[in-house]
Amino acid sequence: MSSDAITIPALQVQEKPWVDTLHEWVTTVDHKRLGILYISYALVFLVFGGVEALIIRIQLMHSHNDFVSPQVFNRMFTMHGTTMIFFVAMPILFGFANYLVPLMIGARDMAFPRLNAFSFWLSAFSGFLLYFSFLGGSGLYGAGNAPDVGWWSYAPLTARAFSPGHSSDYWTLALLASGFGSIGTAINILATILCLRCPGMKLNRMPLLAWLNLVMAGMVLIAITPLSAAQIMLLIDRYLGGHFFDAQAGGSAVLWMHFFWIFGHPEVYILIIPCFAFMSEVVPVFSRKPIFGYPVMVAATVSLGFVSLSVWAHHMFTVGMNSYANSFFAITSMVVGIPTGIKIFNWIGTMWGGRIQLKTPMLFSIGFLFQFLIAGLTGIMLAAAPFDWQLSLSYFVVAHFHYVIVGGILFALFAAFYYWYPKMTGRMLSERLGKWHFWLFLIGFHMTFDVMHIPGLLGMPRRIYTYEPDRGWDTLNLIVSIGAFIQGVAILVFVWNLISSYFNGANAGNDPWDAWTLEWSTSSPPPPYNFATIPVVASRRPLWDLKHPEDPDSLYE
Amino acid sequence: MSAAATVVEIPKAWTLPYRGKVAMASLIIAESAIFTIFVVAYLFYLGKSLTGPTPREVLETPIFFTICLLSSSITIHFAGKSLARNNRPAFLALWSLTIILGGLFLFGTGREWHRLIYEHGLTISTNLFGTTYYSLVGLHAFHVSAGLIMLTVVLIFGLAGQVHEDQFRRVDVLALYWHFVDAVWVVVFTVVYIVGR
Amino acid sequence: MFALWSLLLPPQVLAEHSRSPITSIFAPESTPAKSIVNLSVFVLIITGIIFAVVCTLLVYSISKFRANSANADREPAQVYGSNQIEMAWTIIPVLIVVVLFLATARVIHAIQDALEPAGAIEVTAIGHQYWWEFRYPKLGIVTANELHIPVTDRSHPTPTFLQLLSADTDHSFWVPELAGKTDLIPNHLNRMWMDPHRTGIFLGQCAQYCGTQHAKMLLRISVDTPQDFEAWVRGQQQPAVQDPSVTTGRRVFEHTACINCHTVSGTPADGRFGPDLTHLMSRTTIAAGAAENTPENLRLWIQAPGKIKPGSLMPAMKLSDADLDTVVHYMRTLR
Repeated sequence: MSSDAITIPALQVQEKPWVDTLHEWVTTVDHKRLGILYISYALVFLVFGGVEALIIRIQLMHSHNDFVSPQVFNRMFTMHGTTMIFFVAMPILFGFANYLVPLMIGARDMAFPRLNAFSFWLSAFSGFLLYFSFLGGSGLYGAGNAPDVGWWSYAPLTARAFSPGHSSDYWTLALLASGFGSIGTAINILATILCLRCPGMKLNRMPLLAWLNLVMAGMVLIAITPLSAAQIMLLIDRYLGGHFFDAQAGGSAVLWMHFFWIFGHPEVYILIIPCFAFMSEVVPVFSRKPIFGYPVMVAATVSLGFVSLSVWAHHMFTVGMNSYANSFFAITSMVVGIPTGIKIFNWIGTMWGGRIQLKTPMLFSIGFLFQFLIAGLTGIMLAAAPFDWQLSLSYFVVAHFHYVIVGGILFALFAAFYYWYPKMTGRMLSERLGKWHFWLFLIGFHMTFDVMHIPGLLGMPRRIYTYEPDRGWDTLNLIVSIGAFIQGVAILVFVWNLISSYFNGANAGNDPWDAWTLEWSTSSPPPPYNFATIPVVASRRPLWDLKHPEDPDSLYE
Repeated sequence: MSAAATVVEIPKAWTLPYRGKVAMASLIIAESAIFTIFVVAYLFYLGKSLTGPTPREVLETPIFFTICLLSSSITIHFAGKSLARNNRPAFLALWSLTIILGGLFLFGTGREWHRLIYEHGLTISTNLFGTTYYSLVGLHAFHVSAGLIMLTVVLIFGLAGQVHEDQFRRVDVLALYWHFVDAVWVVVFTVVYIVGR
Repeated sequence: MFALWSLLLPPQVLAEHSRSPITSIFAPESTPAKSIVNLSVFVLIITGIIFAVVCTLLVYSISKFRANSANADREPAQVYGSNQIEMAWTIIPVLIVVVLFLATARVIHAIQDALEPAGAIEVTAIGHQYWWEFRYPKLGIVTANELHIPVTDRSHPTPTFLQLLSADTDHSFWVPELAGKTDLIPNHLNRMWMDPHRTGIFLGQCAQYCGTQHAKMLLRISVDTPQDFEAWVRGQQQPAVQDPSVTTGRRVFEHTACINCHTVSGTPADGRFGPDLTHLMSRTTIAAGAAENTPENLRLWIQAPGKIKPGSLMPAMKLSDADLDTVVHYMRTLR
């Protein structure tokens, strides 16, 4: 295998001073290292966001609780949402894309390594800018601190009159900066996939992970920018006396909502599509069959990308749009479920007739399938606008989107961790700890998010720091909170697994899972140049062709 | 993968698009989305100002400066062509002309804003028209300025003899950005000076 | 999972719960809420069937096609796909969507485009940080936080049509048993209606995050018999009670900043930033439901509102104990 690195006898290697290692990491432009930086950064912020969630859940454990003041609570839910979306989910998915895309398409690095580094450091800075608000938010009016306007920052709550001080500005500037970082990464992913594929890798031979990240990158270009535009408008309102969202001058609060959700809805598809990518790589390998319906999976994802641009106002069904507008967004929101459903069927079709290995990556994938199905179905309920007039802005919606984000995205991410950690570190994660992690998290997840639907049905709105004891929400909230702590314990098990396996895990070798895509053809971890010679491919599963020369995919495609 | 090489035929012609072009096209798509949002806000707020000057009362169509900007697209196109044929003097002349025309456009915008502010009292905080007008035209002018800075950097390198015909592709990428800026002006011009009055 | 089984409980069982203040969306007592429940049951049945089918396939495939010692060393048949199957599981979802959408569109139009009949009660609701202003323009009534509306009957419908506005940030009016929620947005008039089918107290609260005390912007709707409603209207239409025994308190009230924010009709107090206090004693709670309307709570609210609702825009009035007592006595006469 020409991708073997040259080994140097140990005697000749000197221990590198730790400052040198630090300097290497800080100045790296290697997509693999930047990928790991993104992922590590996201894990740190996952802890911050998780602590914020636990504070929320302690406060809501019973009615009229006073664990935190209303002001602190409002900052907690604002920071929790903002952190999890922009400083956990986006970076971790960009991290995996950065690491995997060049390897899977047979390239040596991303198209623009320095832009890659710049995008990472810009995003990293913006996270710290947002968190600095806890210290530095005090403005002229002394009302400072972290933003407390919700992660949507609805106008006119964010006007100077209602949000004095600088807390809203930290939100705006941090997200503007991270948005530009995201656009840089998206441009990089697009250019890499379109321009750096190895010979023979036509677009219809790319791994699905590459296809789905291509669609995601395209969506980032046109979905993040509306938020950036709206944030510039907000800054103009707050600092230059503009009236974009100023009701007293004839401005419209609803316009902010439209601009935000034109970003906000495609954003959640931007988050889920890379997770579909993980599923499309993991499920086939652990079912020992190729993905069922590759062309349909591509078509479904592309159409999903387009349709998702037309559904945004289903977040605004209660805003008072007329019945025609409500009907339009109701039908588009139902239609968007069709390509999504097709993908679920195709994953099951991949498992059907296979030889399923229930290792940890597959356990998390099965959890994903089950939970994403439910999340999609509660989404269809919300798409029925009149039903949404009751469910919107209540804990039913909170339960729905956490089902997608935790039950879907996070489960898929765990699968990706267990699957690709061997490639990134050369060590296997512990299967035993993995199973503990899975079952603990599964129990905690369902305890919290299944039950959370019920208070919504019983009239509990979201974003309330406390609630009345006579509404019957007490016990339900207590169960939800206990589940949150169980999930916290599971995360600790996971972090312990990550750390201990780095030192004690079994050696992974190039290809511990007997998989079929190009990243498994090189060493674990790969050398900085990825491949000694650029591979040439003739099918979607080049390693299957190598391992089964009597029956290669290239005969059938 | 050496085993693969004996089994798999290397495709005869494996050329993929130039990454600089793809990256610039992607950036243009992203920027178009930003401009679209500002245009939507402008159109949505037409006629909704509660007080203050209206577009009809104060706007004068900047025909001359628009011609300057749009001609600069032509000059930059031919500048690129000249460089590809290694005609460096022509490249430098046309490139400088592009910068001058762009600079004239910015001057025209500045002059118009001066008139609007001091003669008509229209600022970004006057009313909805003021807010949306200065934001949209200002965003465009910002992109023109950024473009001019980049064009000037290339001009400096060119005058120092560092720009050769092999760098034609890179210069072309910058020209693509400049064409985008002009195309946006066509849209902004139509929305603000034609539709909006 | 619990969510799904609890929804199978018949609405009557949940309605039993709603005799106590359990505000379930599945215990509707008004036409819009009932149409929503009917639609939602339909949607739940369809999504339930989809869930059952797909789940069965998932569970079956895991159990039937699991790797075991028998097949451990052979790869299974490498199937790439099937056009027929893909078509089937595209067309069936499309048909389901068409059916769901038609049912949905019908209810959207029925609720949103309902015409206002002649006997309707008209209320204008204006959202404030953190209280509700209610005006009955045709009846000349202004009140706050607690709404009284008549029960409707089929022969002579008297639904209540609300116009919704906001004086500051966005709010949302949500009383689950009576209607879906509708937002109150500044400079953006919204409209909703409800026609309660039985008398009683219906609770709700603001559903759109509006600032620090969003959680304590509660709603209390009293659905009255026509006679009780008439009596209430007559009472609200009177100017404030002029009780000579509380002139001291009234003087303190009218010479302090109170009158800048509050209205007491028939007196110089005509502020509109805070709730109208003309008939304060006709309400069971104060501070938009944050506290019971008792003398102690009233006293605390005036002196230190941050103890009841920290972050509310009612300022601590810093009256002396004597002044405070007289003002509270005055307030207590405003029936």
